[in-house]
Amino acid sequence: MSSELFFQPIAQLAAALDAKKFSSVELTRAVIARTKAVEARVHAFNSFDEAAVLAQAAASDARRAAGQARGPLNGIPIGLKDVIAVAGQPLTASSKILANFVSPYDATVTVKLKHAGAVLWGRLNCDEFAMGSSTENSANGPTSNPWDLARVPGGSSGGSAAALAAGEASATLGSDTGGSIRQPAALCGVVGLKPTYGLVSRYGLVAFASSLDQIGPLARTVEDAAIMLGAIAGHDERDSTSFRTEIPDYRAELKTRRGPWRLGIPKEYFGEGLDPEIGAAVEQVIAFYQKQGCEIKEVSLPHTRYCLDTYYVIATAEASSNLARFDGIRYGHRSKNATDIVDLYFQSRAEGFGAEVKRRIILGTYVLSSGYYDAYYLRAQKVRTLIRQDFMNAFREVDALLTPTSPMPAFKLGEKADPLALYLCDIYTIGVNLAGLPGISVPCGFTQSGLPIGAQLIGQPFCETDLLAIAHAYEQAHGWNTKFPFL
Amino acid sequence: MNYEAVIGLEVHVQVKTRSKMFTRVAAGYGHEPNTLTDPVVLALPGTLPLMNKAALDAIIKAGLLLGCEIAPVCKWDRKNYFYPDSPKNYQISQYDQPICLCGTVEIELPGPARNVMGEHKTIPLTRIHLEEDVGKLNHGATDSLVDYNRAGTPLMEIVSEPAMHTAEEAYAYLTSLRATMIYGGISDCDMEKGQLRCDANISIRHVGETKLGVKVELKNLNSISFVRDGISHEIKRQLAVVERGGTLVQETRDYDGQTGTSQSLRSKEMAHDYRYFPDPDLMPVQVDEAWKQRLRAECPELPFDKQRRFLEQYQLPYTLTSVLVWDRTLADYFEEAAKLSGKPQAAGNWIANDLLRELGAAHHALADSKVRPAHVAALVQLVDSGAVLTNAAKEIFVEMFATGEQPDAIADRKGLKAAPTDVGELEQWCCDAIAANAKAVDEFKAGKESAINAFKGPVMKAAKGKANPKVIDETLRRLLAAQG
Repeated sequence: MSSELFFQPIAQLAAALDAKKFSSVELTRAVIARTKAVEARVHAFNSFDEAAVLAQAAASDARRAAGQARGPLNGIPIGLKDVIAVAGQPLTASSKILANFVSPYDATVTVKLKHAGAVLWGRLNCDEFAMGSSTENSANGPTSNPWDLARVPGGSSGGSAAALAAGEASATLGSDTGGSIRQPAALCGVVGLKPTYGLVSRYGLVAFASSLDQIGPLARTVEDAAIMLGAIAGHDERDSTSFRTEIPDYRAELKTRRGPWRLGIPKEYFGEGLDPEIGAAVEQVIAFYQKQGCEIKEVSLPHTRYCLDTYYVIATAEASSNLARFDGIRYGHRSKNATDIVDLYFQSRAEGFGAEVKRRIILGTYVLSSGYYDAYYLRAQKVRTLIRQDFMNAFREVDALLTPTSPMPAFKLGEKADPLALYLCDIYTIGVNLAGLPGISVPCGFTQSGLPIGAQLIGQPFCETDLLAIAHAYEQAHGWNTKFPFL
Repeated sequence: MNYEAVIGLEVHVQVKTRSKMFTRVAAGYGHEPNTLTDPVVLALPGTLPLMNKAALDAIIKAGLLLGCEIAPVCKWDRKNYFYPDSPKNYQISQYDQPICLCGTVEIELPGPARNVMGEHKTIPLTRIHLEEDVGKLNHGATDSLVDYNRAGTPLMEIVSEPAMHTAEEAYAYLTSLRATMIYGGISDCDMEKGQLRCDANISIRHVGETKLGVKVELKNLNSISFVRDGISHEIKRQLAVVERGGTLVQETRDYDGQTGTSQSLRSKEMAHDYRYFPDPDLMPVQVDEAWKQRLRAECPELPFDKQRRFLEQYQLPYTLTSVLVWDRTLADYFEEAAKLSGKPQAAGNWIANDLLRELGAAHHALADSKVRPAHVAALVQLVDSGAVLTNAAKEIFVEMFATGEQPDAIADRKGLKAAPTDVGELEQWCCDAIAANAKAVDEFKAGKESAINAFKGPVMKAAKGKANPKVIDETLRRLLAAQG
């Protein structure tokens, strides 16, 4: 482990804070200083508010001094993707259309993190409205991968992954609609967890595709991810899609669940298009579990080849409707050139949205249009059911599935100019969202050129406890998270 | 060639709930602009809808009152269109699975005379669904302002089958529907406050034809009389077009009740594509038997059922029932007074004539009236026993309305009771009157019943107008009979 505070995992920081080895203000200052040192190169943040974060840190120290520390997150600087509302802070979704928008209210996860005593630090860059796989679709410019600044950090939660990898936050929150937590986690060498749909409230998350979006943590270790998940999970009456379920102590359960597990290897996830170095790394992970006595079983998810098409119908349809509210009437960018109300809509949205967002709105509008609904949206929903069924069938035989997270390691900024090429980044992650399952990406090595590789574990609905335990077992036996990028 | 009109109504009724359809902020009317808002109403980024169960209760109850089938699952859809009064630029509504299907509205058409019941008809409903209301635009000379106070208020859309043929039927339909909604406590249906709004689909066709003609949707029928006038105007307009040899086009027209004219808003070619799809933010809600049973238990007797019962149970004249039954609290008030007095018609008359007149003059609601059913019953009994005369009772009523005092006390205080209780004195006056008019005695004995009235004047005169006419009548008959 690094001696630098900004590279230490939450579990270690929390113990040190409790032991009064340093204060949250000192930790926060270290994170701020690190951020200032590297941010010009990484550009993980859209904005940050130093005074606000230090005030929170001081308050957390005061609580600790008064014996009122609120658990392991008390005083830990946590970065939030700029699609999660924090009262009084900008909420831009990395879009020009929300460039000047300040949220007057807190997202439910924000409220929960505040309750847990966390120090909320900065607004993290992402693809505009979380649409993308490289963070290049940000109105604020791209984020760089801390492991190679000429490369992308992945996306859409690229800022969340890059900030963590670069030591600019102790953990972060991202959102995952088709892989947006797991893929950047893999590309930046950190842990990324996309919880079961309905486990974490979406209230206060700028909606991209309501039936797929889920907030989740990016963390240095699986244990940290468990701590973060425990803080943000739980039913919220403000989100009618959130599920009423008991929230276990994920962190404590890591020590109680020991396998051996039955792991499924979906053959469709190891075919054409998979970078051989990644394939080899994931084979090593399989070998590890086998050595641990886990039953390894090849399984088939036959509808995998329809995932991408299904996703781009459902996600864009929902997005076209969710993004209709950005019209320049009540808030956000309003064109100065408009001549009448219809023109105001056209101009404000033409000026405010970037190309990828426009592309998806147009696609989504098309698939919902009269005469096309049955052929696209309705059919996609049916295929979605089949895709979910594939997973459920597999789970009759295995406890979890093991796959690569991303078919390729971090690619060069500007390398994938063709939107379709970028869409292929998510082929291993999208099915999890369509099926509403939990998925976690854990670091499992590096390419010869030094780029991080991630392995994905996919669990049964609301079985995060098992998923985390399985990932934890691998992580404990390896040390990938003790390596840090040189910046 | 003979034409008939075919009319279907789409009625929007605001549901009376404390909070809005999908958030906790209060619903209301007449507040400062944009004060009944919150992040959800304003559709701030990240907000999600949270269903108000009271609104769902209300629509299910409305459906039960109108005999609808209640769907086992309440499902929500998004209706997508851009307009500044719609904060999300989509409206949460119900598209292919409305919560209520079928059902009927009973209507009564005007009778041949005011005191004769008119023909009753049953107008079938297509569906009722729940959605959220939009905000209000206020257009200035150079800009437009939006007030989102109304946005997100629960709104029911009640769609009838194209089953009406005259403006009168549409008028009767709306009147009956409105009364039913008020009866069920579902809405106050104040059209001035926009709590009830009506659009009409109107077409004409040859009599005997079964296919529907080209439909015109008439909007902005903002009062019940505008509905009648607007429809009547539109039917005439369509007939005129056809009679000129012209062709009707499918369009939406805006009716101006002030000028009695309508203008085309948009044609079929410009119709919206609303891109309906299931709202992924809201889970479908199961409506089980127990839920329906609980609401069924809260359903009141409907006005026409009440009227039929009043006619039979209390033997009231039609005119009186038609005054009493349309206001649920008035009908309840009447029933209590009828029970307490044992004289339903007399109680009904006092309520329908005197009470409503005084309430109207004082601009009071029935609930504020100091005259309670017990007062009415006491007054009915005073008159019936002969203790007070009708004219005196009218005076007592006015006093009672102003003070809330018991009628007996008012009669005593104001000396309004029928006076001579001295039977001997009254009998003497009667004997004197009979003795003084032998001709009338002969006529009465010959069977001319009305001849008895000739004695009553002198007796009442002798009693200085304070004798009980009923006692006078009885005494006179007894004395005349005794004469053999």
